Amino acid sequence: MEQYEPDRLSPAQVAAMRRSFRNGRAALTRRSLLRASAGGALAAGGLGSLSACGIPAAGQSQGGVPAEDRSAKEKTVNFSNWTEYMDVDDSGKHHPTLEQFTKRTGIKVKYTEDINDNNEFFGKIKPQLAAGQDTGRDIIVLTDWLAGRLIRLGWVQKLDPANLPHAYANLSAQFRSPDWDPGRAYSYVWQGISTVIAYNKKALDGVEVKSISDLLDNPKLKGRVGFLSEMRDSVGMTLLDMGKDPADFTADDYDAAIARLQKAVDKGQIRRFTGNDYTSDLTSGDFAACVAWAGDVVQLKADSPDIDFLIPDSGYMTSTDNLLIPNKARHKTNAERLIDFYYEPKPAAELAAYINYVCPVDGVKAELAKIDEDAANNPLIIPDKAMAAKSHAFRSLSSKEETEFEEKFAKLTGA
Amino acid sequence: MSTLTEAPPPLAPQAPEPKAPKRRGRWTPYWLLLPGILWLLVFFALPMIYQASTSVQTGSLEEGYKVTWHFATYWDALSAYWPQFVRSVLYAGTATILCLLLGYPLAYLIAFRAGRWRNLIMILVIAPFFTSFLIRTLAWKTILADGGPLVGALDTLHVLDVTSWLGWTAGDRVLATPLAVVCGLTYNFLPFMILPLYTSLERIDGRLHEAAGDLYARPWTTFRKVTFPLSMPGVVSGTLLTFIPATGDYVNADLLGSTDTRMVGNVIQTQFLRVLDYPTAAALSFILMAAILLMVTLYIRRSGTEDLV
Repeated sequence: MEQYEPDRLSPAQVAAMRRSFRNGRAALTRRSLLRASAGGALAAGGLGSLSACGIPAAGQSQGGVPAEDRSAKEKTVNFSNWTEYMDVDDSGKHHPTLEQFTKRTGIKVKYTEDINDNNEFFGKIKPQLAAGQDTGRDIIVLTDWLAGRLIRLGWVQKLDPANLPHAYANLSAQFRSPDWDPGRAYSYVWQGISTVIAYNKKALDGVEVKSISDLLDNPKLKGRVGFLSEMRDSVGMTLLDMGKDPADFTADDYDAAIARLQKAVDKGQIRRFTGNDYTSDLTSGDFAACVAWAGDVVQLKADSPDIDFLIPDSGYMTSTDNLLIPNKARHKTNAERLIDFYYEPKPAAELAAYINYVCPVDGVKAELAKIDEDAANNPLIIPDKAMAAKSHAFRSLSSKEETEFEEKFAKLTGA
Repeated sequence: MSTLTEAPPPLAPQAPEPKAPKRRGRWTPYWLLLPGILWLLVFFALPMIYQASTSVQTGSLEEGYKVTWHFATYWDALSAYWPQFVRSVLYAGTATILCLLLGYPLAYLIAFRAGRWRNLIMILVIAPFFTSFLIRTLAWKTILADGGPLVGALDTLHVLDVTSWLGWTAGDRVLATPLAVVCGLTYNFLPFMILPLYTSLERIDGRLHEAAGDLYARPWTTFRKVTFPLSMPGVVSGTLLTFIPATGDYVNADLLGSTDTRMVGNVIQTQFLRVLDYPTAAALSFILMAAILLMVTLYIRRSGTEDLV
């Protein structure tokens, strides 16, 4: 068995580990706890001042709150993205596509990889956005459900279609009209993320896996099955397996899916609910099969011949990470030009060749084939018709449903 | 914040009689305390008040949260998540005892027997801190992997049959079981036990051992009557430094555990970031704090060690 060697971790794995921690360790350090216990009594005295606190209602505004657009004066744009979500050249210092953009438009991109997790990032920008202040960011990238929440709260700005000709023309039909942003008034897709079943051939040892039902029921896989801690992916795949449509389900359907998963948890079938760290369980063979993100599987497969994936007959979930312009952003036009740039086939192909997620841009295949023939023919990167037909999205949830469903899912995963 | 930049009142330039130094300003001690007090106020008192307030609020993200003195949140949180509380205390307690059992002999060895190896062993104790906490915890996943040599050996020796019967492991695996979480906690907090133990053992005068020997005490009696009582401050501060952070830890339970090993730290994290139920998360934090404060107070009272530091 392969020994653990810290220096063999790739930056991607480290990023994945960090990403899987919803909020780092800062929340419960030794010091904060010591501090907390030392002065617990102190707080009791402050009770009187408590009622002065409170969190104001989120400013609900249609179309977002613009600031004065300094795009013409300041040729710059502040782009916050996830780690490992942009092409990098061999030296590891340059982002070729971003540099092309700067060369062509003269707009400098301040690129920051400061998003590790949706929930964590939401906690980070919430105070400023709730108070109607500038976050210092012109573009942020968030997964669809959180993008939907920000739109619902009125914290992002409406995009100007005049600045987005390529984006308007080239966005794949599959992503055109999500229910949380009909007609893409506020957001454009950065990349799509497919949720599939991944397995380790060696660990499966001949056991046949074809569907989520196999994962949940086959006694030969007891204790060697993984699900994702991302509620929409795990429940969505289960709903599909039960013949329900994740884009249109009732609260009862949801409860039924949770009950189905609960049964598997109770009999010890499911080993763990994981974030990105499932990749290590899968390569070590601790997971024989698990629900996984296709972008990771493409990379795992390249590293290990034992890893492969399958698309269940019942279909698979696709979510998206979306580009948004937060309220009070100072360089809105520059930001829109950057979004549009990534909808030109050439930069989109260069990006797709590097990061291996679902490319949301039509007409990329020919460009991608010039760079990487295999990638161009990989349905996980450029979905073909049959593949796109099996793709499903999770419907958007109201704020009340979101809390209720997350609470139920939290109970399922242990708390 | 002009107070921060103001210098303390200067001393009189030249005292007439050098023998009787002029009394310093009455306020000097307070000026010296000021940075510490401000620090506590901004980074401790204010967040505490804010959290306390959050725990009695009701509302939602869209409508905002208002203080409604809804103390029922505390009761609801406790009745929903008491198993996780019990589990946290149980796991942290077990890990603390294991740390003491493992750490004491090692600290004893470093203090009295290591000789010229002392510095090297100390470095070995501290060295893991140079690697990230996460990486070290993930390393345990490799060590305890299902197909790994360690688990294979334990299985062959039928140790796993015993631990499964006790409910510490499940079948022929160790990962994703309570045992793995306790192992992770023990490993991660061991240095916090060893260092205070070492400091208090090292302070013991070696002549006391000789004196005990002169009085016909056998080595074990010497340890029981002389060494161990004198090392009590180290034992108490070591157990506190291990138990308190271990109770609130959620990384080990997340990476090495499963659905039935989640600790209260995991619940707080989930409630705060995923479910967005801020009042419940704040209430849980306060209950945890109160529980730890209570346990630690009782413990210090019983152990009768007031001079910890």
